[in-house]
Amino acid sequence: MLMVPALMLAALPIVGTPSTWLTLTVAGLAMGMIIFLMASGLTLVFGLMDVLNFGHGLFIALGAYIATSVAVSSGLGSVAQAMVLAMLAAGLLGIVFERLIVRPVYGQHLKQILITMGGMIIGEELIKVIWGPLQIALPPPPMLQGSLIIAEAAIEKYRLLAVVVGLAVFLLQWWVLSQTRIGLLIRAGVQDREMVEALGYRIGRLFVGVFAAGSALAGLGGVMWGLYQQNVVPQIGTQVNVLIFIVIIIGGLGSTAGALIGALLVGLVANYTGYLLPKLALFSNLALMALILMWRPYGLYALAKP
Amino acid sequence: MMASAACEDPILELHGVHTHIGAYHILQGVDFAVRRGEVFMLLGRNGAGKTTTLRTIMGLWKASHGRIGFEGRAVSTLPSTEIARLGVAYVPENMGIFQHLSVRENMLLAARSARNLRELDGPRLQRIFGWFPPIERFWLAPAGTLSGGQKQMLAIGRAIIEARKLIILDEPSKGLAPAIVENLLEAFVALRDEGVSILMVEQNFTLARRLGDSVAVMDSGTITYRGSMRDLAANDALQDALLGLDLRQRAQGAKA
Repeated sequence: MLMVPALMLAALPIVGTPSTWLTLTVAGLAMGMIIFLMASGLTLVFGLMDVLNFGHGLFIALGAYIATSVAVSSGLGSVAQAMVLAMLAAGLLGIVFERLIVRPVYGQHLKQILITMGGMIIGEELIKVIWGPLQIALPPPPMLQGSLIIAEAAIEKYRLLAVVVGLAVFLLQWWVLSQTRIGLLIRAGVQDREMVEALGYRIGRLFVGVFAAGSALAGLGGVMWGLYQQNVVPQIGTQVNVLIFIVIIIGGLGSTAGALIGALLVGLVANYTGYLLPKLALFSNLALMALILMWRPYGLYALAKP
Repeated sequence: MMASAACEDPILELHGVHTHIGAYHILQGVDFAVRRGEVFMLLGRNGAGKTTTLRTIMGLWKASHGRIGFEGRAVSTLPSTEIARLGVAYVPENMGIFQHLSVRENMLLAARSARNLRELDGPRLQRIFGWFPPIERFWLAPAGTLSGGQKQMLAIGRAIIEARKLIILDEPSKGLAPAIVENLLEAFVALRDEGVSILMVEQNFTLARRLGDSVAVMDSGTITYRGSMRDLAANDALQDALLGLDLRQRAQGAKA
C-alpha cells in the first residue's frame, strides 16, 4: 500500500519542478483509477472462479461506444446518462457472455483463453457493424474541458472527475466486500471455492452476479477511458486488455486492493516515464510488471494459493 | 469375519462405491453404513483411500459407480452444496480455513442461517469457546495467523456452529496438544449424546478407540474390516494385521 506514495515521492526529485510533478501525479492517479475501474471486475472473476476472461475488453469497448452514441459533450448530465447506460448494457452482455461462452469451459484454462478471445473478436467485429470501423471522436463536455491551476500546476478537470469516480467505486466495492454477507462469501470464495460450497453455499449464482457486476464496472471504465483518450476505435478492447492484465498480475490475481495498487502504479509510471523518457513509455508497464514479479512472483497481494 | 455393511437406522450408507481420479481407480467398491447417533471411525494406512472416501461422500469427487445414501436418499450425484444443506458438515484434512478472513468471519460464514453476529446461536458459541478457547481469544485475528492446532480448532468449531445431522472429519486430532485432544473428545461425546452422527478418519488409534462406536478399516480402496470398535480394540493380533500398529502405539492405547 505504501508503494504508491513511495513512487510519488521518489519521482519528485527526478521530475524536478513541483508543479510539473503535481500535474503528472494527478494525471497518473486519474489514469490509474480508470484502469482500476476496468480491471477490478476481471480480478474478482479470476479469483472467484479461476476463469481467465480475455473477453473483458469487450465490455470496456461497449461502454466507450455507448458514450459515443449518447451526446456526452452536451453536459455532465449526459455523461452520467452514458455511464448508467454503459453499465446496464455491459452488465447484460456480461450475463449472456458468461452463459454462452464462459460456462461451458469452467476449469479449462486453455479453452477459456481461446474461446473468450474468440468472443472478443466477434464483439469487435459487431462493433464495426454497428458503429463503423473508423475512429470516433469523444470529447468531454465543455465543463470538463480545460484545466484548473492549483499551486501553479495545471490539473485537467476531467482527471479530477476520474479520480473522484474511481475513488467512489473503490469505496463502494470495499464496503460491499468487507461489510456485507455477499462480500464475505466472495472473499471466502476467492480463497477456497470448494470449502465455500462444502459449507452449503451455491456459489454459481454468486459468480454470475460478480461477473455481471464486473462487466458493468468495465462498461463504466470504458466510458471513462474513452473520454480520457477523447476518441474511440474498435480495437479499444484489445488495447486495454493488455493493460488490465498487467495490472491484475501486478496486484495478485483475485485481489481488489492489489488491482487498485497495480492500476495506480501503472498509471503513475506511465505518466512519469512519458515525461522523462517518452521513448520508454510504452515499455514502462511491462518493465514494472517484470520488476514486481521478480520481487513477488504471485503479485503484490497474492490471495489464491499458488 | 466381517460384520454386514448394513445396520439399523443408518444415516449414511455406501454400497459398492467406486471413485476414479483421472486415470487412477482409487475407491474400488467401498461398503459401510453409519448408524444415527454413533461415532464411526474409518482407519487405515496412508494411501488406503480414506480421504477419497470422505470427499466422495461430500460430493467433492464424484463416485463413478455405486450408491451413497443419506437418510435413505441417494446423494451420490448431488453437488457438495446440496449435501451440506442436508445437514452435513465437513472438516477436510487441510482444514479449509479461509486464511484471509478473521476467525469471527470464518465462524459467521459457517453459520448459514445467521446473517450477522447477533443471529449466531449464543449458547452454542459459548460451548465452542469452552472447548476451544483460542477461537474466543483470537476472535478478531486473521485466521491465517493462527497456529496449526488453533486452525484445527477453528475448523471443528466452524463445523459445529450450527446443528448438523452428520459431521465428517478428516484427522481432526492432527497437530493438537494432548489437553486440546481431551477437549475434542469431550466435544464429540457431547455431540453424539445429542444424537449427532460423526464419521471420522483418524490416525491416532488411542483417540479412535476411546471415541469410536463402530469402525471400518480400509486398504487399497476397499474395506478390509467392519465391526465394533470394542472388538477391534480387544484384539491385538487383528490390529496388527489390519493397521500394522507398532507396539509403542498399542502400549499408549492400553494406558489410555
